[in-house]
Amino acid sequence: MADGDTDIPKMSHPLELPEFKCGAMEGLEPYIASPDHQTALGFPGELVPDWKEKTIEKMGELAEKNRAFKVYLDICVKCGSCTDKCHYYLGTGDPKNMPVARQDLLRSVYRRYFTFAGKYFPWLVGARDLTEEILHEWYSYYHQCSECRRCSVFCPYGIDTAEITMAARDILAHVGIGMKYSNEIIGKVHQIGNNLGLPAKALGATLEDLEEDIEDETGVSVRIPLDVKGADILLITPSADFFAEPHIDGLLGYAKVFHEAGVSWTVSSYASEAANFGMFIGNYEQMRKISLRIRKAAQDLGVKRIVFGECGHAWRVAYSFLNTLAGPFDFLDQNYPVPQHILDFTWNEIEKGTLKFDKSKNDHYRMTYHDSCNVARATRIGDYPGSQFEIPRNVIRAVCNNYFDMPRETTHESTLCCGGGGGLLTDDLMDLRLKGSSPRMTALQQVTEEHGVTHMAASCAICKTQFSKVMPKFGYEMDSIVSVHQLVSNALILKGQDGYDDDNQDEDENTNNTDLGE
Amino acid sequence: MLGIIYALLFYVATLLLVVGLAFKIYTYARIPAPLKIPTTPAPITRFGVVLRMLREVVFFESLFKSNKWIWAFGWVFHMSMWLVLIRHIRYFTKDVWWWVEIAQPFGTYAGLAMILALGGLLARRFLVNRVRYISNPSDYLMLLLLIGIGVSGASMRFVAHTDIIAVKAYMLGLTRLQIGYLPADINLLAHLGLVALLMIIFPISKLLHAPGIFFSPTRNQVDNPREKRHLAPWAAKLEK
Ligand code: SF4
Ligand code: SF4
Repeated sequence: MADGDTDIPKMSHPLELPEFKCGAMEGLEPYIASPDHQTALGFPGELVPDWKEKTIEKMGELAEKNRAFKVYLDICVKCGSCTDKCHYYLGTGDPKNMPVARQDLLRSVYRRYFTFAGKYFPWLVGARDLTEEILHEWYSYYHQCSECRRCSVFCPYGIDTAEITMAARDILAHVGIGMKYSNEIIGKVHQIGNNLGLPAKALGATLEDLEEDIEDETGVSVRIPLDVKGADILLITPSADFFAEPHIDGLLGYAKVFHEAGVSWTVSSYASEAANFGMFIGNYEQMRKISLRIRKAAQDLGVKRIVFGECGHAWRVAYSFLNTLAGPFDFLDQNYPVPQHILDFTWNEIEKGTLKFDKSKNDHYRMTYHDSCNVARATRIGDYPGSQFEIPRNVIRAVCNNYFDMPRETTHESTLCCGGGGGLLTDDLMDLRLKGSSPRMTALQQVTEEHGVTHMAASCAICKTQFSKVMPKFGYEMDSIVSVHQLVSNALILKGQDGYDDDNQDEDENTNNTDLGE
Repeated sequence: MLGIIYALLFYVATLLLVVGLAFKIYTYARIPAPLKIPTTPAPITRFGVVLRMLREVVFFESLFKSNKWIWAFGWVFHMSMWLVLIRHIRYFTKDVWWWVEIAQPFGTYAGLAMILALGGLLARRFLVNRVRYISNPSDYLMLLLLIGIGVSGASMRFVAHTDIIAVKAYMLGLTRLQIGYLPADINLLAHLGLVALLMIIFPISKLLHAPGIFFSPTRNQVDNPREKRHLAPWAAKLEK
């Protein structure tokens, strides 16, 4: 069992090495999926009797289907370069949370059954016979990895532990040990269209309320259209944006930007979810099935473009995988990136000068920005490498007067995970989430000390939820985490709103932006 | 007799090395990468990827960013090894090529640097608890094997010379399928034996990192998933 020590480590700097605490997180297991949640996704309801053969068979199948899995299991030289790179290792001190040690849990079994050395000289290369205990060891430690890929950046061969984690989870689900949190959510998406299980009607009512909120605040009527056929842009955003704080304020930001840009857009009730937990459980077919909802929504609504709201792993699936899983998107307007990131859209508008800001509206914030792992290490936002770092910062600087970066070894491609990514955002893993967030929180505390930073922006739904949970434990208010588009929303002065000064704007701009033919 | 044993050893080792490596490379090339997973920021052109890969294999860029100690030992070891290998070409060509001649003085001292760097890597395995934790017996033995090759080789240069003219004649002979006379010096026999062993285990050990890095999707993929649709053959079947 995990050692029961739930203290958050005190770190003097974000990357401080912990003492070894062997077994500290041993046996920590998130709830196992019930038979219903398993079978709904086509997995066996419980551990199959021939789990041993099935596990080895699945492992062999993945080694045939996924080059990364095969190559990475073969070529690690145990150099140790990755050992101090994982936030869960830094936060827990459990050596099995060192990326290479995490890989070895599976590699040791792979070697036993698939390599010459492991078959004939197991003791020499640390090969192990598969046992049921090992399956549970996998279940435990492959759910202490947020698939953040920080280790991959620092490995001389780019070995990506996230690939091994995904494969391990996929294997486990195939022998009957699925994860409740992720599988339940995926089931909801297949059935209803979003992670929260929010039906179309409730979604419509929620969006109407939000429209009223904007009008009350600004005096301007801004639409958040739902299922509007023939709209130009389909917005796909994490469902938390419809429902949870602080996410909602980000959605208001997108709506205002679209309004000011004068484009027609819509949300879809059929594909009302950007998140794709199929990635977390490492299952191509599930990920594909979820992605195809987006394709269908785009076709049914007859849109020309797809824009994604702020979310980390969702953007990875959208940017890197959507074309593969649900493409080709030749029916969309090829003059725009398919899909496009909302920050790319907003930054373009800022550069065009269509948005008018009063930056002083954000003067009560002293900001920093948390690069979300998946955005930072698995995507671009704009059209050049590194735009995933620059564009969010450009947007924040355009709407805020006070911005400070956290230490460089904890940002950009070296960013530290929030601690809740990769399908770990569940209460049964709260201890791990707190410990895993401590390196990031320590980096934040540093800029608070040095520059009086009060708030952190993130462009990921999981980061936002995770931080609003853990920040109070580190001396921050839970609303110290904000969407980038919340800042945009705060500072944006709409046409017709008090304080909108026409002098600076082009008179002949398209102002005909609320008619969507309804 | 000795000459025949070592000849057989080298023929077998060469065969295993070449066939084994070819098979592994073919396997890696054949298995598809179903998704685009380059670690970003990544190059957006093929040429950019070639440069990224060059920086990785020539300068060990990622390792440099990560850990200066491992980088220093690892880089010195690998680069010295190349010089030493180049120096050894002279034993396989009748006339010594000019660029092998140039490398000759460096190659000698690179042998010493190589041994020292390997010692550093071995010391890390013992002394750093994180590295000790992830090390298997094979990881120590691999370093000892390389050190053994280095020390036995250097000993012929700096301590007890062998009849190098005869060795060259023997090696040249092997390349022409003629088995000649091999001096019975213990350091020479150890050196050649360990090298043959290294060749034999190359395709079934972590030494596969050498060809493997070129097949690492996080490093060899172009970051253009939106522009160009990437589809594995098995995934294409799902679309039918
Ligand atoms: S950095 Fe890469 S090669 Fe080195 S131990 Fe980690 S995974 Fe293995
Ligand atoms: S992917 Fe992230 S969470 Fe997983 S082992 Fe690597 S650094 Fe740790």
